[in-house]
Amino acid sequence: MSHGARRTIGVEGISRVEGEGSLHIDVRDGSVHEVILEIFEPPRYFEALLRGRRFTEAPDITARICGICPVAYQMSACAAMEAACGVTVDDRIRALRRLLYCGEWIQSHALHVYLLHAPDFLGCADAVELAERDRGSVERGLRLKRAGNQLMETIGGRSVHPINVCVGGFYSAPGPAAIAALAEPMRAALDDALATVAWVAGFEFPDVEGAYRFVALRDGGRYPIESGRVASSDGLDVDPAGFAELVEEEHVARSTALHARIRGRGPYLTGPLARYALNGDTLPVVARQAADEAGLGPVCANPFRSIVVRAVELVVACSEALRLIAEYEPPDPPATPVVARRASGTGATEAPRGLLFHTYALDAAGGIEAARIVPPTSQNQLTIEADLRRVAEASLALDDGELTWRCEQAVRNHDPCISCAAHFLDVTVRR
Amino acid sequence: MTTVATRPSDEALQRRPTLAVWKFASCDGCQLTLLDCEDELLGLTAAIQVAHFSEMTRTSIDGPYDLSLVEGSITTPADAIRIREVRAASRTLVTIGACATAGGIQGLRNFAAKGEYASTVYAHPEYISSLDTSTPIAAHVPVDYELHGCPIDRRQLLEVITAFLAGRRPVVPGFSVCQECKQRGTVCLLVADGVPCLGPVTRAGCGAVCPAYGRGCFGCFGPTDAANTPSLAGKLRTDGMTPVDATRLFRTFNAGAPAFRDESAAQERAGAAAPEHHGRTSR
Repeated sequence: MSHGARRTIGVEGISRVEGEGSLHIDVRDGSVHEVILEIFEPPRYFEALLRGRRFTEAPDITARICGICPVAYQMSACAAMEAACGVTVDDRIRALRRLLYCGEWIQSHALHVYLLHAPDFLGCADAVELAERDRGSVERGLRLKRAGNQLMETIGGRSVHPINVCVGGFYSAPGPAAIAALAEPMRAALDDALATVAWVAGFEFPDVEGAYRFVALRDGGRYPIESGRVASSDGLDVDPAGFAELVEEEHVARSTALHARIRGRGPYLTGPLARYALNGDTLPVVARQAADEAGLGPVCANPFRSIVVRAVELVVACSEALRLIAEYEPPDPPATPVVARRASGTGATEAPRGLLFHTYALDAAGGIEAARIVPPTSQNQLTIEADLRRVAEASLALDDGELTWRCEQAVRNHDPCISCAAHFLDVTVRR
Repeated sequence: MTTVATRPSDEALQRRPTLAVWKFASCDGCQLTLLDCEDELLGLTAAIQVAHFSEMTRTSIDGPYDLSLVEGSITTPADAIRIREVRAASRTLVTIGACATAGGIQGLRNFAAKGEYASTVYAHPEYISSLDTSTPIAAHVPVDYELHGCPIDRRQLLEVITAFLAGRRPVVPGFSVCQECKQRGTVCLLVADGVPCLGPVTRAGCGAVCPAYGRGCFGCFGPTDAANTPSLAGKLRTDGMTPVDATRLFRTFNAGAPAFRDESAAQERAGAAAPEHHGRTSR
């Protein structure tokens, strides 16, 4: 009996992700024995601290879960509160929310594509090193990011933790001139987004395919951002409250996560790959063309090519923003009044990195009795671990340094937001 | 007598100052603010060497670091040790944001019963290794400068980095949001419309953005050094705010800052003495 060769790959602090995590891969006898993506981000107990707060406070408080995608938290919180209170907001409010959310998609995707993900494909430690070789590309990414931030600043007041969002709508509606002034930078951003698709389509991708159960919103004929029903690649079609009931979360000692699964189905993947696969028929024409030119089929199951899908979504967000800017009419009043009642409600929206749903139970006076917040990264964690195993197995010929980098990249493929996930995740017992 | 002229070595002249960015319990938003300096980022990284910043780079160079920016609060036993290591490796340590300077929104656990939060969120609280408190960095190690805000302001961050690299104190205003409203020409919401507003007791820095959008200040930048919170709380109560709502207003992202902490406690006591209901509408 041979004495098994053992090889351990460990990354104690995964870089270029949002938050603090580590990964460990144990290889025995030439095959992957164990893969652990560990979250050592400290828990912040949002579900606990929301208890006893007013329903109107949830958007601002939950925004603080994530500085990268605060609008996603605000929008899901508002949707949940409005569902609980039986309120449907004015169409112009919906349109302004979608426009604000486009800003967040643009800044978050530009950050991920250019500063966090692209350096992997080009063998650079970071975007600064990349800029030494290809300054023009990095400058294009920064321009795009700024264009997204500009949208958020105009509508939300600022880009990190916007202040203008409230349950029912907005504190005030930007004037038509302020919104019209966004058109020119957004036209330039659309050009930059199209150039981004062409740029990333030329990268070299490892030949790996995942067998994913995709989950994303579907929102009538529109690419899903701020609302919709929950659909899956294996036939699910439920409203957000129905989906929340189907999702089971397990707190286990081995992992650092509450592992999310769909009851009776299993682990799943949310995010750009899922949205694209389930909503390809709703892509704006300019985005469809860009996707076709980039060689994306109707479904992309290579996680490394998620950067191409993210770039296509940059085109979606820029072209949607241009449409919404052109059609803008200030909502009047800027918020639909919402009167609290004893009820529960679920809201689901598409954060840049995937589906984010909130469920709240309110008392008759609008006090929060219970809160449940399920961010995309916790929903994706089992799938990311499965990806890591698959990628590691396909890459065992690489030396330790290259294998480590490849595995880090396999994590970054899904743009995990560990800060988000960790509001209810924690380091557990190390073995 | 001859004088020997001394000048820095070529090596020292060429050496760029090193910057490290550290994260504790937080949302990443304050360190993202550095990456949000889209127009300045490449110029900044030409002038300084980013030695450790895991959100941005795989590279991590050992200290000592000329300047460390610290985001987040201390909430675990491991982090209470790690912040000492960061301090030891840093010539200058600047804390950024409400978590690092006041304990952040997660500091609300400081007002709860011991262990209550973990058992609310986790099926198995015994797996969790977390402190019952969330405390600012300055409660653990000496801090050279505190930059406030939830989130911090981009322009103030650039000023702080520039100032410390130039060896001077940052020029960051200590006055209240009210002054920024006046500079901006915003009509006072509190006086004109009776909208609850923490502007009079809140540190400037955001540009008085909320009142400009028709919303009262909710205290993201924490109390000014001379905040008269009892006086403002009296005005809010006179205008009809219940003690329960006043407690909440002072108890958010900077709940642990002494002036806000003490006022929220005073309002909580007032509420316990005379319980009242609160309104049900969203605005």
